[in-house]
Amino acid sequence: MKPQDRTWRRALRRDWQLYTLAILPLLFFLIFRYAPMLGNVIAFRKFQPGGNLFGEEWVGLRYVNMFLSDPTFWTVFTNTLVLGGLTLLFCFPLPIVLALLLNEIRTRRLKRFLQSVSYLPHFLSVVIVAALVMQMTAVDGPINQVLKSLGEEPVTFLQQPEWFRTIYVSSEVWQTVGWGTILYLAALTTIDEQLYEAARMDGAGRWRQIWHVTLPGIRPTAVTLMILNLGTFLAVGFEKILLLYNPLTYPTADVISTYLFRMGVLSSNFSYAAAIGLFEALIGLVLVVSANVISRRTVGTSLW
Amino acid sequence: MVTVGTSRGYRVFQAVNAVVLTGVVAVTLYPFFNILARSFSEETYIRAGEVNLIPRGFNLTTYEIVASDPMFWRNYGNTVYYTVVATLVAIVLTTCYAYVLSKKHLKGRTALIWIAVFTMIFSGGLIPNYVLVTSLGLRNSVWAIALPNAISVFNLLVMKAFFESLPNDLEEAAAIDGLNTYGILWRITLPLSKAVVATMVLFYAVSFWNSWFAAFLYMNESELFPVTVYLRNLIAGATGVENAGAVAGELTQAAANIQSVTIVLTVLPILAVYPFVQRYFVSGVMLGAVKG
Repeated sequence: MKPQDRTWRRALRRDWQLYTLAILPLLFFLIFRYAPMLGNVIAFRKFQPGGNLFGEEWVGLRYVNMFLSDPTFWTVFTNTLVLGGLTLLFCFPLPIVLALLLNEIRTRRLKRFLQSVSYLPHFLSVVIVAALVMQMTAVDGPINQVLKSLGEEPVTFLQQPEWFRTIYVSSEVWQTVGWGTILYLAALTTIDEQLYEAARMDGAGRWRQIWHVTLPGIRPTAVTLMILNLGTFLAVGFEKILLLYNPLTYPTADVISTYLFRMGVLSSNFSYAAAIGLFEALIGLVLVVSANVISRRTVGTSLW
Repeated sequence: MVTVGTSRGYRVFQAVNAVVLTGVVAVTLYPFFNILARSFSEETYIRAGEVNLIPRGFNLTTYEIVASDPMFWRNYGNTVYYTVVATLVAIVLTTCYAYVLSKKHLKGRTALIWIAVFTMIFSGGLIPNYVLVTSLGLRNSVWAIALPNAISVFNLLVMKAFFESLPNDLEEAAAIDGLNTYGILWRITLPLSKAVVATMVLFYAVSFWNSWFAAFLYMNESELFPVTVYLRNLIAGATGVENAGAVAGELTQAAANIQSVTIVLTVLPILAVYPFVQRYFVSGVMLGAVKG
């Protein structure tokens, strides 16, 4: 018997009760996480709804070639990059700014009130957020009331492709900016007060203190969140877009995930949609891993 | 030298800061007050775009119509049922696995951790999941909502970090007293972990309460929808005002603000518990960040 086997046997004898606790969770991961990963083989196989979960016969790269030569795919690909980029551009730095502003509030009760209010939207269902967006942008809603008082014609915002990005990103900022401050506020409280004193001794004013003490203090937090954000870059708010878009706004609103949802679930082109989904997931994987490597090399912070 | 806190520049900054933060609060809360005002207003004022923060032509017609729709309450009941079942499944599985992962001496622990963490950076995607749930025959049952999302790896890591921070002595003493692993987890560890378990229950409960997409994908009958899907179908225009008893005037009234009324009725429970549970969420996120 190899020594390896013996140690496993000993571990099993001593910890078998612990291992039994892991059985159900492992089944969960196998069935609902790893089986779907394998299920992606239908991207390369002919699939019959109701038939074999992993498809019927190999067709090679047929579906990959199909989406690569599909002009709609490239539209939704571009839309995904633009929406993801805009979201990152606004939703990443704004919580830092808000946290710095909140940090300057010296009255504790006021600060706590401001935090409570700004966290609130985070707890709402995306359906409610979408419903609020529709009400705000409605023809008889508040935004059009302002336009009307300025003598402008009402705008059917959700019907206009050129407005979709603005609406989407604003609602995203509205829902996430407050909650995003939590980790920064926590990091801010851990900065040593002596660093500020030392900076003041050296004649640093408020701005220079922020630049040389505060910002370096929250840098590890910012880098970590940046990596996480980059990894989910392509997974732009699928559910929210699904709720807010319509055929009129497809030119700017349709993204990879909504397109493959329509292709797969609504039109039953499962293999074609799976091929697109696999492509998206692989890009996501590459993005997280490379963001992690880059940040480890350059700033010395990484997730693993 | 600049005296901090009293310099003119800093006072200007404080004033600007107060204005900006007041603006943030106003923008955050405005939609809620607007919807509330709309929900109580009369149709003509709404259509003319004259309702802002104060109800015009106060009336409760639409509230009565929505409240007398049996489907609305049925869907609300479904939300409660799905949330309870799914949260229960999730908390049991998460606790068990987090406890196993927290045992540093356990052989194979690193592999068990990676099995979970890898799913954070790569996932099967929508289509294979849809095919899987459908072919497992889970459609139109609570399991289509509960099982595919039974463990959130983020929550798992938070819980694992907490279990790791507990002192070992108590568990060792209990083991010497002859308690087995299940006994130790149930009688020693969990009573010490009430706060973190409560936080995790809240995390899961909120996410299941708010979820709509799984139900939208896997439920065929409107009797099975949660209230989020009820609202979704309303805003998507898939359902209109249906009430046999309502007369024509009431229907035009309802058409104008049924969405606002439904939003108010759906948001209400969240707003009611929010002030009391908010700090648990913040502490949960902190716990996760310390680990991350």
